[in-house]
Amino acid sequence: MILKDGKKQTGIERLEDAFAQCKSEGRRAVSPFITAGDPDSETTVATLKSIFAAGATCCELGVPYSDPIADGAVIQSSYTRALNAGMNLKKMFGIVSKLRETCEMPLLAMVSYSLIFRSGIEAFVKRGEASGLAGFVVPDLPLEESDDLDAHCRQSGLALVRLVSPTTPPERAREIARRSTGFLYCVSVAGVTGERTALPDGLIDRIKWLRQESDVPILVGFGISSADQAREVAAVADGVIVGSAVVRCLEQAKDAESMPNAAGSFVQELVKACQVC
Amino acid sequence: MPRVHAELVNHKLSAVPDKLGRFGRFGGRYVPETLSAALNQLETAYDAAIVDPAFVSELEGLFGAFVGRPTPLLFAKRLTEQAGGAQIYFKREDLSHTGAHKINNTLGQALLAMRMGKKRIIAETGAGQHGVATATACARFGLECIVYMGAEDVRRQSPNVRTMRLMGAEVRPVESGSRTLRDAINEAMRDWMATVETTHYIIGSVVGPHPFPRIVRDFQSIIGRETIECCESLFGRLPDTVVACVGGGSNAAGMFYPFVDYPDVRLVGVEAGGRSSDEGEHAAPLTYGTPGILHGSLSYVLQDRDGQTADVHSVSAGLDYPGVGPEHSYWRDSGRVDYTSVTDAAALDAFDMVAQQEGVLPALETSHALAWAVEAASEMSPEEILVVCMSGRGDKDAAEIARLRGQE
Repeated sequence: MILKDGKKQTGIERLEDAFAQCKSEGRRAVSPFITAGDPDSETTVATLKSIFAAGATCCELGVPYSDPIADGAVIQSSYTRALNAGMNLKKMFGIVSKLRETCEMPLLAMVSYSLIFRSGIEAFVKRGEASGLAGFVVPDLPLEESDDLDAHCRQSGLALVRLVSPTTPPERAREIARRSTGFLYCVSVAGVTGERTALPDGLIDRIKWLRQESDVPILVGFGISSADQAREVAAVADGVIVGSAVVRCLEQAKDAESMPNAAGSFVQELVKACQVC
Repeated sequence: MPRVHAELVNHKLSAVPDKLGRFGRFGGRYVPETLSAALNQLETAYDAAIVDPAFVSELEGLFGAFVGRPTPLLFAKRLTEQAGGAQIYFKREDLSHTGAHKINNTLGQALLAMRMGKKRIIAETGAGQHGVATATACARFGLECIVYMGAEDVRRQSPNVRTMRLMGAEVRPVESGSRTLRDAINEAMRDWMATVETTHYIIGSVVGPHPFPRIVRDFQSIIGRETIECCESLFGRLPDTVVACVGGGSNAAGMFYPFVDYPDVRLVGVEAGGRSSDEGEHAAPLTYGTPGILHGSLSYVLQDRDGQTADVHSVSAGLDYPGVGPEHSYWRDSGRVDYTSVTDAAALDAFDMVAQQEGVLPALETSHALAWAVEAASEMSPEEILVVCMSGRGDKDAAEIARLRGQE
């Protein structure tokens, strides 16, 4: 977005604004996840718009990868469908640019480091910036390997959202929180992405502890699949990330044309559940 | 393993990996945060184990009485005569318990799992040899064992599937992706993400995130150490050329590692050339690939321009993998090891030749190394010594070879 004084906002600033607005409206953030290009680019763009209209604060755009080890069956199948339908990086960045023409919602690419490395870190970040991405979530890039990507993201003002897991020791969690930009992704369970019927024990306490350690918003994801779970988490976190449940909702829509509305209705429920005052 | 590793750390080429698991620029650890703690725990446990005399003597005891080590070095007399050049020797890993070198690693890692208090073991397998070796180690120690295996491999390596089940392991066929080794690794990693506090993942090759490539290499390096010892006592010198097949590269890494600091010994790794050099028709990342990240480490890999893993093909399930261990990439770029590839057809010819002329049924994987060896020996002098790592036996392949030849 171009501001009045002609200065271009960075991805991180766009996320900050989105979270600030959310807060001023007495809401916690809802960040849905959908796969780029499942079933096609047009449907993905339309679904993103519908998700934004439904009140999503930001959205993760899953970049299909052939070997996603952090993902469960739902997202894995979605990635396979997208790749079989011809999705590639060029088309993925095309979706981002297309959305930016008319929609202010910050988009984060959820992308394997395998794909970033292959393009070249600098080139990939530049393409992301040029297309209008707000940042990256890189689920297979731990702290120790992240210096290069971190430096390029900072230079471009793009967020590099980092993840903490239930198996992360406290000292390390602090360091991850300190270096995360945009927001901090708190993984609710040890395991892959996917819907779960109950929130894990100890999650609420863990979020409360992290809340004290982090200066950026904390969003909780992995396994959150219903409005009730979102409400419970929203009581202590700054927001929720809902992935597999949204993808499944799209999967169950009767055709591509009804997908945007289906996702919109579901996100609306989540947004309502995250209204805290 | 431990002792030799300590001896070699002052040398240059063998003084890898570093603290971050780097072999030169290769290796590292590209995994979800959930696995970081388990990999750190494994590294700590391993560092403590290899300086613990109790651990070392238990493993050496098992290598002797359970595996049948040391494995012999066999002079391949008729093959040597036919080639008409260098003297060809087989390092007989195929005589190991369970029929391949894989058992060296699974015993070591199973002992490590027990030191870490983990009683559930998962593994991936391609040809089934690592699955069998894991099931065997688990049976020996009373550990629960789950083996992920691509559905295509379950079909073409069915004798090994039966063996794993007889040993009490659960074999889970993997239907996703190409239904081969690469998908089995994905599925094992996913299992580990959810069970990491109670489960150890015994990876079967020198691949994956740090510290796996180092641990597997160290446990397998008994192969190269025994070869050095045996050559010194038989010939009073080291061999001129040592050759091994390379899929993920564990038998080759174990064979080559003790030799890398002896520059006069030529080392050759043979990849799966498949049907042709066209993309999707082979499984030879060191020959045709580019550096990329797969299964947690940076190494040569076969992938498209975007970074999507390419389809691969090999007649041999154990070599049918788009990646390779990071240390091989390091050896390739440093020029220390020569890598080449051999086609399906040449490997099948070598299989027949060795079966009929030496009375040894080699694994299809091993047959790739044998094909190159016979060819190379013919251009060497009779004074020269060429050692082939006979990584495994070919009983598991008999039915699949018959099927390929329409003799079912």
